[in-house]
Amino acid sequence: MKVIVVAGTPGAGKTSVLLNTIKFLKEQQVKIAVAKIDCLYTEDQIRFKKTDVPTMIGLSRDMCPDHYTIYNMGEMVSFAREHTADMLIVETAGLCHRCAPYTTNGLGVCVIDATTGPNTPLKVGPFLSTANVVAITKGDMISQAEREIFRERVMEMNAGCRIIETNGLTGKGTAELAGCFAEAPVFNYSEDHLRHNAPFSICTLCVGEMHIEKKYHRGVLRHINGVQEYKGE
Amino acid sequence: MGKDTTMIESITILPGKNKLGIAEAFSRIDIYPGEIVGVVGPTGSGKSAFIEDIEQLAQADTSTHRSVLINGCVPDISMRFDPKKKLIAQLSQNMNFLADMTVREFLLLHAKCRGKNMNMVEQVVYHANTLTGEPITEDMNLTVLSGGQSRSLMVADVAFISDSPIVLIDEIENAGIKKHQAMELLSGKGKIILVVTHDPLLALLTGRRLVMKNGGVEKIFNTTDHETDLCVELNRMDSELFRIRERVRLGEEIVA
Repeated sequence: MKVIVVAGTPGAGKTSVLLNTIKFLKEQQVKIAVAKIDCLYTEDQIRFKKTDVPTMIGLSRDMCPDHYTIYNMGEMVSFAREHTADMLIVETAGLCHRCAPYTTNGLGVCVIDATTGPNTPLKVGPFLSTANVVAITKGDMISQAEREIFRERVMEMNAGCRIIETNGLTGKGTAELAGCFAEAPVFNYSEDHLRHNAPFSICTLCVGEMHIEKKYHRGVLRHINGVQEYKGE
Repeated sequence: MGKDTTMIESITILPGKNKLGIAEAFSRIDIYPGEIVGVVGPTGSGKSAFIEDIEQLAQADTSTHRSVLINGCVPDISMRFDPKKKLIAQLSQNMNFLADMTVREFLLLHAKCRGKNMNMVEQVVYHANTLTGEPITEDMNLTVLSGGQSRSLMVADVAFISDSPIVLIDEIENAGIKKHQAMELLSGKGKIILVVTHDPLLALLTGRRLVMKNGGVEKIFNTTDHETDLCVELNRMDSELFRIRERVRLGEEIVA
């Protein structure tokens, strides 16, 4: 199975861009499952369900949302398997600029809003710099010159990425993005690692743990079914 | 690819579908250097989407399913995305800048993106100032510029820094700037110009015009001799209007 992890700042247009891409992939007979992670509240499942793909939601509550995403990756993959999906698309809450929930064999997709100004790519950190694909949204709201400067700044932060100019409203960039999704490598839950360490702080990921398998995690952990527990001394 | 990427002999638009899913009724549109082509039609008829298709050199991968060829061939992918190889300059409908930086920083950054000479700042600001009555200086922040100042700077930036063999102009008449001078700056010799407009003066100035409806090209008109004559007359009326407008602005009484 392929796992696509989509990160980006709130309001950047992650869901709109994904809805177009899912519609396109479905027409190509790709079987998709979606997991939407948020912190406190989401109603995006209603939008995803309209595309008729199996959708799971998770709210991280007291846990760091990116750690929550990684911690529950096993459940999300199982959910996708139960629905015989070829591709799991994980849309993250995307609040913290410090870390990125991309794994070594997942496709990391950063969705970034061009109207936030050309300094944004310099500020957002690993979810841009370690992404495979950077989808720039809302380019129609700014001049061609500003678009070109924004693009240059993205390249400065992540020279090897594939940049796609997208538009959630018109569907611009959809075919190209769908092509990247289709070419993603095969994900391996027990062997995949995070690409970038999280901040040095209080949880096991925060202190540098890179394994994603459940048995390695300590601290306050929240399961996707809502059960929260403390593991450790 | 080197030199041949900068030599434009033609661009070709191959038909797509309109908003109703019906194929457009033309086989191909070829445009050659030195031509000015108008794009007209009511709001929402697909004029800006048409220009967008050209800007991104669509390959049946946009919502319109149109394709664009350069010199009769499918363009190299780097021409679509790399600003240094880009052959297309676009003046969009945006009336304001959102980037938080000074005029000078902006022009330097853009010149760097386009791989252009870094000492063009003065020239761009000078020409921007010929299009607007409100002076623009290099140390102003982009976000404080008025609509007229922003558009003037965008025009001068497109003319000198984005200087490209294909120029796309979207509703320049909305800018509140001197539109004829702006058109002159933008439409250098031997360029391919596409101009989206509601303004009869600009529409009749073109050699032919595409009429848009429901997201598709509905008709293609060649400008008639009668229309060209009419354009001269309209221009005379326009200058008269402009002259009176300036006098009203200055608080003068208008006497017949």
